[in-house]
Amino acid sequence: MLFLPELSLLGAGLTLFLFSLGKPGSGTIKNLVLSLATVTLLASLFCINSEGTLFYASYKVDFFSQLFKVLIASATLIVLIFSDKLEGIREDIQPEYYLFLFMSVLGLMMLVSSVELLAIFISLELSSFAVYIMVPMRSPGKKAGSQAEAGIKYLLYGVIATSFMLFGMSYVFGLTGSTQLGEIADKLSRMYNQPAAVISVLLILAGFFYKLALFPLHFWVPDVYEGASNETTAFIAVVPKLAAVALLVRIVTLVTPDGNVMTKVLMVCAILSMFYGNLSALVQKDIKRLLGFSGISHAGFVLLGLLTFTITGFSTAMYYIIGYVFMNLACFLVICKVATNGNNVLIEDLTGLHKRAPLLAMTLTVGLFALAGIPPLVGFTGKFMLLVAALKEGYLILVTLAAINTGIAIYYYLSIVRVTFCTDDADRGTVTTDKIHSVLCFVLVLIIIIMGIFPSKFIDVTTRAVQILI
Amino acid sequence: MDQLLLNPGFPVLSVLIFLPLAGALLLLFVKDEGMCRNVALLVTGTVAVISIMLLFGFDRSSAKFQFGEHYNWIDSLNINYTLGVDGISILLILMTTFIMPFCVLASWSYIKTRVQAFMICMLIMETAMIGVFAALDFVLFYVLWEAMLIPMYMLIAIWGGPRKIYASVKFFLYTLSGSILLLVGIIWLYTANNYSFYIPDMMWQDYSLNAQVYLFLAFFLAFAIKVPMFPFHTWLPAAHVEAPTAGSVILASILLKMGTYGFLRFALPITPDATIIMMPYVLWLSIAGIIYGGFTALAQSDMKKLIAYSSVGHMGFVTLGIFVLNMDGIEGAILQMVNHGITTGALFLCVGMIYERTHSRELKTASGVGKYMPVFVTFLAFFSLSSFGFPGTNSFVGEFLILAGAFEFDTNFGRFPYLALAAIPGAILAAAYMLRMLQKIVWGGTDNPDQSWISDLNIREIVTLAPFLFFVFWIGLGPQPFIDLMHTSVVQLLDQFQKHQAGALAAVDMILH
Repeated sequence: MLFLPELSLLGAGLTLFLFSLGKPGSGTIKNLVLSLATVTLLASLFCINSEGTLFYASYKVDFFSQLFKVLIASATLIVLIFSDKLEGIREDIQPEYYLFLFMSVLGLMMLVSSVELLAIFISLELSSFAVYIMVPMRSPGKKAGSQAEAGIKYLLYGVIATSFMLFGMSYVFGLTGSTQLGEIADKLSRMYNQPAAVISVLLILAGFFYKLALFPLHFWVPDVYEGASNETTAFIAVVPKLAAVALLVRIVTLVTPDGNVMTKVLMVCAILSMFYGNLSALVQKDIKRLLGFSGISHAGFVLLGLLTFTITGFSTAMYYIIGYVFMNLACFLVICKVATNGNNVLIEDLTGLHKRAPLLAMTLTVGLFALAGIPPLVGFTGKFMLLVAALKEGYLILVTLAAINTGIAIYYYLSIVRVTFCTDDADRGTVTTDKIHSVLCFVLVLIIIIMGIFPSKFIDVTTRAVQILI
Repeated sequence: MDQLLLNPGFPVLSVLIFLPLAGALLLLFVKDEGMCRNVALLVTGTVAVISIMLLFGFDRSSAKFQFGEHYNWIDSLNINYTLGVDGISILLILMTTFIMPFCVLASWSYIKTRVQAFMICMLIMETAMIGVFAALDFVLFYVLWEAMLIPMYMLIAIWGGPRKIYASVKFFLYTLSGSILLLVGIIWLYTANNYSFYIPDMMWQDYSLNAQVYLFLAFFLAFAIKVPMFPFHTWLPAAHVEAPTAGSVILASILLKMGTYGFLRFALPITPDATIIMMPYVLWLSIAGIIYGGFTALAQSDMKKLIAYSSVGHMGFVTLGIFVLNMDGIEGAILQMVNHGITTGALFLCVGMIYERTHSRELKTASGVGKYMPVFVTFLAFFSLSSFGFPGTNSFVGEFLILAGAFEFDTNFGRFPYLALAAIPGAILAAAYMLRMLQKIVWGGTDNPDQSWISDLNIREIVTLAPFLFFVFWIGLGPQPFIDLMHTSVVQLLDQFQKHQAGALAAVDMILH
């Protein structure tokens, strides 16, 4: 029971493995994958309130982890729904592609439940390696070799980040003699101001900074986003970030902050992340690259909540990343639909979209304005609450700089909206959307608006989840 | 909460706010263009009629916020849905509801493409604008203040003129970046006020002078851009010129007032000490705006640009009136906000009517249309006279009060009449540029283009303009009912201001002795 979502994913992986041995039609695979993802979502919903520990207390099932599992499962399902054509991937390796995708999701689900350093490491690697393989699986398009380049970059940087993390873990083990997060927290709290403790925790965080694409471990983002197929990028941009935030919260709660070095380092990372992401995004032409850079700045905002070391801060950061998932999914849905033959989408490819596909244009606009933080959408509410949480702790300068960043960001989001809505182009054909995609558009837009206007319920849920940890 | 008189009966403010939104949702399902226009007119008209209820139920002898409504919204942060109007905001709300139906009428044949989307934008704008004037919770205020940017951006960017993209992006970026620091200020006030966003609780508190100055600067940046005050005005001509007629009217008549409303509602009561310190700078910026706006308007050959720059000058008068901080000045400023909304809105409507016929905003192509459009130029003449404050028209009363306030302006070193003297050339410039425009349009010169094909105003256009004319003369000849509405609130504002000043001075004395 406790392990049901993971088991369903494992089953999904095995099923896909069997299918990959034969030569199934793409229609069969599509339906199979969708039903497997739905089963996973149902399984994780079914287990949302279960509690317990597994595997000698290295695996903890609580509301916090189960909530993240539901989110991961639903985000995966949404990605799979709108990437059903999978135009960017060669047809003969599609079953394998899905196999790795499900393995990666399995790794992420295990990650959010892991409370032991080795378990964390193994689940992280499981999720990462699957994605390392998914990236170069793109069929070579106009820019041959770019997918391999992206794959190699992702792998190399990923391995470096992981090695940092392992190094940090060895320090932690040396200091505390334990690999259980609970015991570590106990023992670290007595030496939180010692350099060795701070450095070791920071090194561990590096692994998740990498997943979340936070400065200074953001290098991979633009090239991987650009080189991977649209569907893969949608997955990378959304699902691993959820798990990364979950683990960041778990690890940040290990240390007690007293205005110590930890907070300051995180502050610097947050601010640099925002400025770097936003300023670089200003000049991008490829929408995926642009969203990649914007993701870096959003990661900075999430960190803003974490570095307050308060329940409010953590729950708001969770709320923000949930909102971010839906805003990003809305944008990537449109990218995947607009892309022709699985090629990348430039901003100018959206010319006249309001006529070619009014619904997609609306979805994209809502998603972008939400990312930009315009009320009453979820991006604004999240940013606002993060700023409140940070200013409650007295970080006035930090809050001011973060607020200035929302001002910078608006320009590049607006430039996409401008192309979408204010230009006409007769040459480009209309974009057709299936019924299920139209429904998905409406659902995403509604979620973005409702989460923005009525955040109370969502905050209650995330607060309940975070309170378990502290 | 003792500042708020809750309204147990019909929730008139909520209805005013949500009726246009409901109309916008309804329009999503209306495909026929003619039907869209009718629905939009019906909704804005109904809102205008309902808003008259405010006028009858408003207690002119109370300075409290009336028609109050209070519901919990986001509990974890103590954010509430709190509404209320006082003498300062009631006129602005009434002006908003009054002008919107005519904006719809003015777009009847002007907007030919994507009518449905246009009307949806208009209705969402109305929701946000009424909400901004009625909000008593700072987050609610900010949400609506920002949410307004999206429909306004769309109005300019989709239905605008040739340089619409430049203008709309500039408008969006300028206003958004101005209000970002306002957000930080709001959150700071929240932490300084026992975690409450309730605006009346934030007023007249003893924040440290340092904090007040920073807060004032945050307010000033947001509101001065919206007004717009010189030198933050550069977005305005671009946006005005490129926007469709209805967009220009909304911008000039209502959006600009939000800046000055912000000064009155937030800057003065929340940061009174900083207001005193910053007053001279703001006053001289106002004067600069008056003179600058006048001279630039004199040099324009584009009618919309001319009126846009004249707005910079007129709004300079309004900020001048607010920051001389006396009764005449502030009452004049509020009245002038309404006057400017009526007169400049009407002038933009007039220009839009010419534009629909000649597809040009150039004075040259429009010169001499008086011969073929006698009804039109009659209207135009009255609105032009009103614009430069001709006695008997509405702006005369407003500007007179403001100048009177400026002459009464007291400093610690005695009277300081030079401010008023410096503003006088602005009034003369206004006459110069408006008469120049009027002369060109009515008579032109010997080289007038052939305009014999131009038809005069139709019934719909006359119906659009006539109510504006009615208000021009009503306020011009009998302004008392309007001043009565705001008087108690202004008295209370100045009372509190002086009390607070006395308290601050006493505190300084205590420290010194």
